[in-house]
Amino acid sequence: MRLYGTFNGTLVIAGLAVLFTLIAPSIFQFFTIITLTQVIGLSILALSLALVWGFGGILCFGQSAFFGIGAYAYSVAAVNIGGSTGSIFIAILAAAVFAAILGYFVFYGKVSDVYLAVITLTVSLILYSLMRRTSGPEYKIGNALLGGFNGTGSAPLNIPGDGSAMLFPMQTFYVSMAILVIAYVFTGWLVTTKFGRVCVSIRENEVRTELLGYDTRLYKLCLFSISAGIAGLGGVLFCVGVTRVTPDVFSLGQSALAIIWVIVGGRMTLIGPILATFVLYFLTSSLGSQQILNANLVLGIILVVFVLLVPNGVVPTIMNWFERRRTKRYERQKERRMKLRKHRAIG
Amino acid sequence: MARREVVVETRNLSMHFGGVRAVDNVDFELREKELRCLIGPNGAGKSTFFKCLTGQLRPTSGDVVIRDIIMTGRESHEIASLGVGIKTQVPNLFDGLTAVENLWLSSRRWHGDRRANTLVKETIDRLELGEIRSSIVGSLAHGQRQMVELGMVVAAEPWLVLLDEPAAGMTEEETFKTAELVREINKTSALIVVEHDMNFIRAISDIVTLFHQGSIFMEDKMDVISADPNAREIYLGHKT
Repeated sequence: MRLYGTFNGTLVIAGLAVLFTLIAPSIFQFFTIITLTQVIGLSILALSLALVWGFGGILCFGQSAFFGIGAYAYSVAAVNIGGSTGSIFIAILAAAVFAAILGYFVFYGKVSDVYLAVITLTVSLILYSLMRRTSGPEYKIGNALLGGFNGTGSAPLNIPGDGSAMLFPMQTFYVSMAILVIAYVFTGWLVTTKFGRVCVSIRENEVRTELLGYDTRLYKLCLFSISAGIAGLGGVLFCVGVTRVTPDVFSLGQSALAIIWVIVGGRMTLIGPILATFVLYFLTSSLGSQQILNANLVLGIILVVFVLLVPNGVVPTIMNWFERRRTKRYERQKERRMKLRKHRAIG
Repeated sequence: MARREVVVETRNLSMHFGGVRAVDNVDFELREKELRCLIGPNGAGKSTFFKCLTGQLRPTSGDVVIRDIIMTGRESHEIASLGVGIKTQVPNLFDGLTAVENLWLSSRRWHGDRRANTLVKETIDRLELGEIRSSIVGSLAHGQRQMVELGMVVAAEPWLVLLDEPAAGMTEEETFKTAELVREINKTSALIVVEHDMNFIRAISDIVTLFHQGSIFMEDKMDVISADPNAREIYLGHKT
């Protein structure tokens, strides 16, 4: 059975993720489990970028803008509603609608790819400056203070329908993993649908897709918006993990990190960027605890090495290696069979 | 014989690039299930005319009318949405995808999932693409890529087909195969074919439109055109 790049492959990986969730509490320290919730949020950001960039070919340099909007929308809504369940949906919706409005002008205005990257990055940085200036009691939405530079507190998740029944960190971890798996399976399914396949064709050749009669602007807008919604969901888990959201979610560093995760993991896959997020996060945080090497320097070196030596990213490179080996073995078998048949025919 | 319905019409179509009149006041008509070849020397305006039809260029003045709908200056996807299959001059494919995926994307625009899959399978048999069906089209030879692109047109089952130089860069055998295919497509759809290859045109054509300096010079059967001294001077003189 061929697994790489098929929906069955996605399901197998999702199964492995469930297994990981079950054994994680017995191999990791409690503190690591708490951190993991943040990282899961970040990995969903990477997943959303892999979808829009890797499959749709839209280089969105400011994917963290939607991530941050999701985080802020959740935090503000949770204070006002007094529960997390509805707030999660509000966060997804806020990010998706914001992207739809931005995307409308970008795609229907026929802005080229490079400018799209610049525009999305700029939007992210504008939000960064904007949110930093919101300190003071006059900046509040409903009952939620935005808090400027210090950001605002994010309520923990609670059992649906009961705002006072908050989840413990371990339960939050389970829920976060479940959300990650659902987001991953959803994206994996999406790219196998007609919609997903047409998006891939736009990545390959937009003019040709248009000549086939597809309205590429509409497809790109929908993909952009869906991926923003997923990024918003990642923002929710991130701020729940940190218990706070600050303007830093909109910073240049955050945007760049997402790009690095996707490049290292492999942008034509969905699982690659997720895994890269986990590995690189724990790598940089363990580097942060020592003084010899600067963590950002190491991250920079990793990026350069990957762009130069493994431009496809880790996961596709490994998969291609396996695929090649398999084809070779298959061809050898075929050759042997042919020889045998010839032999018999002569004999 | 009853006159068939006009499906494509241009009225005073002009396309100017600065001072150059690439297409100048062209009135053109194509009837249902007609097969029309557009010929002319380099720079005669065939390709520009073709691009105006397909919405890749917005004409300076005049109108393009497809099935009584004015389509002047519409987006390419809107024109294709009427059920028009388009093949551009340069092989224009999804290079990173397999041949099958290329055909499927074209077919699925018009047909449901199951029908699209059947059509793709049929097209692969008909065009003998079986050997390259799972190959990434970016790695195929030029002639094979042309065939895949023709396959994309066939798999969509359009009622109107616009082909820009379908036989360019093909071997003699491939050209022959293409000509046969074009005649077969013509059984169900109207075609406009822009082509240079005289043998190819002789093999397929009914009425030929000869372009010269941006306008239609004459419109007739191929042998009439080849016999006409003026037409020979414009185009065929050095060739036959």
